[in-house]
Amino acid sequence: MAMMRTPVGPGGPDEPAGTAGPTAMAAALPAARGRPHSAALTRMARAIRSNRKATAGSILLAFFCLVAIFPWAIARDQPNAEVYGRSLGPSSAHPFGTTAYGQDLFAQAVWGTRDVLIIAFGAGLAATAIAVLIGVAAAYLGGFWDGALNLLTDVLLVIPLFPLLIVIAAYVHSSGTAVLITVLTLTGWSYTARQLRAQALSLRNRDFLEAARVRGERRLYIVVVEIIPTMTSLIVASFLTNALYAVLFASSLQFIGLGDPNSTSWGTMLYWAQNNEALQTGQYLWAVIPGACIAALGAAFALLNYAFDEIGNPALRPMRRRRIRRAG
Amino acid sequence: MPANTSGLAPGTPSAQDAHHPILEVSGLSVEYATEHGAVRAVDNVSFDLAPGEFAGIVGESGCGKSTLLFAIAQLLAPPAEVSAGSVTFKGQSLVGLTDTQLAAVRWRDLSVVMQSAMNALNPVKSIGSQFKDALRAHGAGSRTEIADRSAEVLAMVGIDPVHLKSYPHQLSGGMRQRAMIAMAMLFTPDLVIMDEPTSALDVVAQRSLMVQIKELQRRLGFAIIFVTHDMSLVSHFSDRLMVMYAGQVAESGPTREVFDSPRHPYSVGLLDAFPSIRGPKVPLTGIPGRPPDLASPPTGCRFAPRCPKVMDRCREAPPDLYPAGGTLVRCFLHETGDGESGTAKDGQREKAMSTGDGTSEEAGHA
Amino acid sequence: MRFALRRLGFFVLTLWAAVTLNFFLPRMMPGNPALAMMGKFHGKLNGQALTALEVIFGVDSHQSLAAQYVHYLGQVATGNFGTSLFFYPEPVIDVIRSAILWTLGLVGVTTILAFALGTGLGILTGWRRGSRLDGIVPPVFVITSAIPYFWVGMMFILIFGVKLKWLPYTFGVDQSLTPGFSAQFIGNVLEHAVLPGVALLITTIGTWILTMRNTMVTTLAEDYIRMARAKGLPGRRIMYDYAARNAILPNLTGFAMSLGFVVGGAILIEYVFDYPGVGFMLLQAVENEDYPLMQALFLLITVAVLVAILLADVATALLDPRTRTAG
Repeated sequence: MAMMRTPVGPGGPDEPAGTAGPTAMAAALPAARGRPHSAALTRMARAIRSNRKATAGSILLAFFCLVAIFPWAIARDQPNAEVYGRSLGPSSAHPFGTTAYGQDLFAQAVWGTRDVLIIAFGAGLAATAIAVLIGVAAAYLGGFWDGALNLLTDVLLVIPLFPLLIVIAAYVHSSGTAVLITVLTLTGWSYTARQLRAQALSLRNRDFLEAARVRGERRLYIVVVEIIPTMTSLIVASFLTNALYAVLFASSLQFIGLGDPNSTSWGTMLYWAQNNEALQTGQYLWAVIPGACIAALGAAFALLNYAFDEIGNPALRPMRRRRIRRAG
Repeated sequence: MPANTSGLAPGTPSAQDAHHPILEVSGLSVEYATEHGAVRAVDNVSFDLAPGEFAGIVGESGCGKSTLLFAIAQLLAPPAEVSAGSVTFKGQSLVGLTDTQLAAVRWRDLSVVMQSAMNALNPVKSIGSQFKDALRAHGAGSRTEIADRSAEVLAMVGIDPVHLKSYPHQLSGGMRQRAMIAMAMLFTPDLVIMDEPTSALDVVAQRSLMVQIKELQRRLGFAIIFVTHDMSLVSHFSDRLMVMYAGQVAESGPTREVFDSPRHPYSVGLLDAFPSIRGPKVPLTGIPGRPPDLASPPTGCRFAPRCPKVMDRCREAPPDLYPAGGTLVRCFLHETGDGESGTAKDGQREKAMSTGDGTSEEAGHA
Repeated sequence: MRFALRRLGFFVLTLWAAVTLNFFLPRMMPGNPALAMMGKFHGKLNGQALTALEVIFGVDSHQSLAAQYVHYLGQVATGNFGTSLFFYPEPVIDVIRSAILWTLGLVGVTTILAFALGTGLGILTGWRRGSRLDGIVPPVFVITSAIPYFWVGMMFILIFGVKLKWLPYTFGVDQSLTPGFSAQFIGNVLEHAVLPGVALLITTIGTWILTMRNTMVTTLAEDYIRMARAKGLPGRRIMYDYAARNAILPNLTGFAMSLGFVVGGAILIEYVFDYPGVGFMLLQAVENEDYPLMQALFLLITVAVLVAILLADVATALLDPRTRTAG
């Protein structure tokens, strides 16, 4: 309702949200007064601090990043060294015990973080870049190009991703990290591209863009300098979505044996655990730990993603319960 | 009752009978909880409404008139809340009642008409079924009774009852609006609250809708609170006029008085912004500046930053509502009741046709 | 009508894309798996079967690539997906047939349940915005939606299968029982379906709860909700008839599209539980390098998602009177 906002400057009313999909919705940011770029970043920073989900997610993510950057500071052993007793239970020497091959589980989990994060950020950033490119281009070019790009996006969206990944990975046999990132990127951009296009469309006719056009700025300039910074919140949310799915899909592929079985990754750990019937033979931690790590990292991305939904769409924010004194 | 709390200046005859007022709003304030603190969208508004009276509330966007309306009808939703004051309808205090408690009064005695029927009507249900929902909610009728009554109210507004089966998007804008009004008539309420029901229509449809509303009022005798930004449109039909600015009542009194002799500089500015259709051409004037940010309203008079007649004391302390020549005015110029009023431009204004195209709003932002 | 035609056109296009992917992928991959494949079977196949296989893999040197492609399209259109390499000489179609029922049962029922429960919970949570329910549900399900499907399955196996021994956790049914409509058989089937079903339910329900809640919240800000309150309608009716009925509309197609993810999850669940469905078969085909079977399964899954989208479109048309008149 228009009354919700106190009379402000040239900002327009909130656009209705785009088509909803799992967790993330395309919502337009109310345009800030004047130049939106720096305002968007500071608003975002402030919003992150005040949103509980966002802080929890950020802390988790930061934790994993630290572990990935400094694994040697945390785990003494080499992850793949098969030097210890087999299938030992947890002890002070091996906090998570050892695998059936005599490898220290704790070291594997710690060193595996790096692999997973590389995939998450690599595929996440690349997929988001493509999504922004295609989504904004479609919205801005309009007409035939919009239709064509849209069609491409929709077709890729509908084709079930995981089976496609399986088929591709089957042909390539053992996929190393690089191949994994490439494949994930090429197949995973379509979902977020759709949302980005929806928002870019709603922004197309805003006043500050008109102003830029009238000033005679070139199209590319308008797109890069004016449109994209306004979409910061959604772009970040898209990155988080893509990173989350990269983590889940990559570990799933590794789990069923389509990754590189020699890599130190949580998914690969699960693959070996499954191969050695860890659950049935009492080596529980071998299966529990890597899965819990994936879940935790995934939760970090998911929490941040949800928080950014709320940041971008104020209607979704948690209600502040204020007790306003009631009159007689 | 002290003159200040009632919207009526002493000695002024009320529109119809001198019964006990059907609605008494006293010191009503509404606040929005935002991350930067509470924003007061409606500040200490008081007025009474007699049975069958037609009261118009005018003001530009953001002045709080719609919020006031919803506050009266207890339709505010978080983060908006009534923070002070009372609303007494037919002797019953409404503030603080739950939806279940309000159901007894809603629609039977008090109904609402909103701005855009396209948004106010459920898009996935037929008109008839939405009528039925309302009828059923307040005492079941038999199916024939429901059908009959539905057809009856539609006939009242000149719509063929066959449209009970239609969906909102299948009707034209004007028809939708009239259907909404018909829906408000289902129980022949005592008070109908209307939030800019004509704003979404073209000029011709606006006029015909207003005539229809007035006609219904004459027939069924309900009181109306009519909110709009189009002062000239409502002034042809209302008994009383209340001008709002920045959440406060700026001027209030009988329509003729307020319209012909506006006293508050804002009202003068609003009316001056209307070019009259007849008479010599005059340059368009407007009110420079924009309304204050209600998150941090100015100390002193809220209109001071834009007022052509501003004095030093206007910026220091906020004025109260002072009685002046049959109206109440929130302006120091009329503290003693004998300030001068604005005069009709070239004496032509009262004869001017309503332009009804909302020019007052844009012009007010010059 | 025009909308329906455009939709159908889109489906055909997507199917064509999937089929084309099937054709070109093996030829584009490093190490040309097609050739390797052919090398393996040179001794075993002959005559027609060999030629058919060659066509599928485009290694027929007698024809140009374009001609092979056209031939392949023709084969697919007539339902000829070739012969399974692992289950040779059974045609792929026959091999798949047995698996479809299992998956339909497990995934179909679970998806319907997840949808029903998910939207229901989403509606309630959105309606009671700001309440304790709303404080707990979204964060909980945000987290569950991030947990890898197969891990949930593994944990279930660990807790309920291995440790507590409450329920079986491999295969679809006890292999020693004779198939039939006996109570014992059916009961056993259901028993085997519980763990994988609940695992799938838990992992997929989260996104549906969250999207439904979000659209509810946005819908509740609409004017017609305020109008319904003004009319004094009972809360229940407003929640269902006015809010939920409108909130669900934009979600229907999104739900159908997200079925692709459900399918992905089902594959993993079947793998973990050795459940003999389509997903399990797909992974086995990958392991056995049974490419014709693999490709056919991929197409089947794509068709299933397309059908779901079609159903969602029909549902939207039924529920939203605006689409009916528009086109």
